[in-house]
Amino acid sequence: MQTSVQGSRTSASGQAAGTLAERVERALQDDFLRRAVQFTTQRLRHNKQQAAAALGQWEAWRERGRQIRAHTVAHLDRYLQQFVENVRRHGGHVHFAADAAEAVHLVVQLACDRGVRLAVKSKSMVSEEVHLNDGLTAAGVRVVETDLGEYIIQLAGEPPSHLIAPAIHKNREQIRDLFCAAGGRGLTTDTPSLAGFARQQLRQLFLTADLGISGCNFAIAETGTVVLFTNEGNGRMVTSLPRTHIVMLGMERLLPTLADLEVMANLLPRSATGQKLTAYMTLLTGPRREGEGDGPEELHVVVLDNGRSNLLGDPAFQDVLHCIRCGACLNVCPVYRQVGGHAYGSVYPGPIGAVLTPLLQPGPETADLPYASSLCGACFEACPVKIPLHDLLVRLRQRNVERGWVKPGERLAWYAFQRTFARPGRYRRVMRLARWAQAGRVQAGELAQAPGPLRGWTASRQAPALAARSFQERWSALAAELRERPAAKEDANDA
Amino acid sequence: MRIALMTTCLVDQFFPQVAESMVRVLAACGVQVEVPSAQTCCGQPAYNSGFAAEARVVGQTLLTAFADAEYVVTPSGSCAGMVHHVFPTLFQGSPHSSQQAQALAEKTYEFSQFLLQVLGIDDLGAVFPHRVTFHPSCHGLRLLGVRAEPVRLLQRVRGLTYVELPAAEDCCGFGGTFALKLPALSTAMVDEKVRHVLATGAEVLVSTDMGCLMNMGGRLRRLGHPVRVMHLAELLAEGLRQGGR
Ligand code: SF4
Repeated sequence: MQTSVQGSRTSASGQAAGTLAERVERALQDDFLRRAVQFTTQRLRHNKQQAAAALGQWEAWRERGRQIRAHTVAHLDRYLQQFVENVRRHGGHVHFAADAAEAVHLVVQLACDRGVRLAVKSKSMVSEEVHLNDGLTAAGVRVVETDLGEYIIQLAGEPPSHLIAPAIHKNREQIRDLFCAAGGRGLTTDTPSLAGFARQQLRQLFLTADLGISGCNFAIAETGTVVLFTNEGNGRMVTSLPRTHIVMLGMERLLPTLADLEVMANLLPRSATGQKLTAYMTLLTGPRREGEGDGPEELHVVVLDNGRSNLLGDPAFQDVLHCIRCGACLNVCPVYRQVGGHAYGSVYPGPIGAVLTPLLQPGPETADLPYASSLCGACFEACPVKIPLHDLLVRLRQRNVERGWVKPGERLAWYAFQRTFARPGRYRRVMRLARWAQAGRVQAGELAQAPGPLRGWTASRQAPALAARSFQERWSALAAELRERPAAKEDANDA
Repeated sequence: MRIALMTTCLVDQFFPQVAESMVRVLAACGVQVEVPSAQTCCGQPAYNSGFAAEARVVGQTLLTAFADAEYVVTPSGSCAGMVHHVFPTLFQGSPHSSQQAQALAEKTYEFSQFLLQVLGIDDLGAVFPHRVTFHPSCHGLRLLGVRAEPVRLLQRVRGLTYVELPAAEDCCGFGGTFALKLPALSTAMVDEKVRHVLATGAEVLVSTDMGCLMNMGGRLRRLGHPVRVMHLAELLAEGLRQGGR
């Protein structure tokens, strides 16, 4: 176990390779993954529904959540400044990182200056975003993930595949095998056995680690407090046992006041896992003070931009910064539930990932992510802060068109569509032509095999054939028939 | 009441019997409809693919075609959703079109919505002695808020046994061009839907959008399952015939 957990994750994340379509195809072949993901997402979304219903007034809570996040993000500069001042007032340090490389450099520097050899981490998507573990490992610092899910995927050398359940794609047998390979003896697949092994491994590490690295669910501006929602208790140990604690904070994860936290504390755990509250809600304000028994000697907050500030003031996309990373949109997404997180090929999976990744890293490489959606809107419906993800997905597709990140053939096809459908007469002529072209392929009003871009459809489905006569062509006869046989209802004239 | 039918391109060209059924049901309710011939398509396929300019040109045909109508009724929750949710912002650039778009959004109804909300009719006297389940279209559900109306209409049909579809509100995997861009994924999604449909033991699967029905029906038939798929309007029209109306 001692060596195997040090494996670099991103280098092993072969999942990111290829196009979206290729990654999706690969995931669809993986029955273990699909069963595991469907099982857990089903449970999570069911629990969420129950928890929301039990709270009551869910829509009002959502609206309040949206307002708080929208207000915070609209005045982010002010709240960020207030937060920074308050952290410093309590004796903490704040560092700003413009991008991933800077964030990694900052943390590596802090670790090396302090002679850190072992760092323990609790869950942090921001650290995943910047690939912090790779940077630290390269600098000779051993990093151990202490969140059970993160621990599992670190052993597997994989990136997380869900925002709150990073190892959602692994089943118990796979986890047991990983733990056995890491030195576990006689493990069974039940929770006490698996969790017991991880706990025993991690306990010693907590006591010897020189550095604790955590994420941050919310940063409270008025008090300079870092808030963590956790279930395993590892977060508390990471943030209190080692001498130094580094918080990885996405620059938008602020809340103005503790009163706002109350609203979020109602929304986040319910949306994430269906819990009324997580087992631990930790509020950390500054490092250990005089006379206090525990807590780190030093507290550093690394505030990461990495593309976020580009979205501020952009009316098309600013809403994405409202996200509180609850994962609810993943659990309800029919795409995510079929293919899991790695198919997205980005650190942030699911609908939020399909929106966030192309915004944080714009470019042709991430341009296919917004098509990983049927635009059903289930994500928006589930989102506790009402981010219109389905609209943002369409806007990103528009951006692809504007920036030339679509295939010329597709552009041509939509030009042809526009030409055809802009004029009713032309539309009818083209359709008559199409009807003539389909003759010979039609069987019982259907096509079993269609040409061109429709091939993907008929690979698994019957396609309807164009009707012999369109409704417009049938209409005059139908209208005449109805005129002769006026409506049966007496009150026809009153209508 | 000047009521105009927005047939949608899909129904006009592939499923004319759905529009015909709608006209017959509305006639049975004492409502005469007009069918403006200048309409083509709402432009949603282009819009959802990111081609907003193209969608605007196509959508303009509807603004013109329905400028004089008092009510517009359509057999598609998705196209009505496009008109409600997208049109008001799509045409923002031009004051005249923008006004027309706003007006169109205010008077456009999905078929079941129109029956219940405008006509206030939920019992048509239809007879349809079969076991029926219902899949709500995502856009009808989430962009328009059509939730209770279709089920209410079904439950009033004589002899009809309504069976709730498990996970009914999950997408069937159609998504327009989504089904063409990622066909294997779309198929995995529709397969889950098919499993749920079969679990109901229903003879007939009903929805309010031909996009969804074309997808679910196409898969059901390819797999050889004899479940009949029908638009709500088709079921009601057939039910009226059976009821002797
Ligand atoms: S987009 Fe909404 S639902 Fe998805 S993770 Fe963020 S807050 Fe949660």
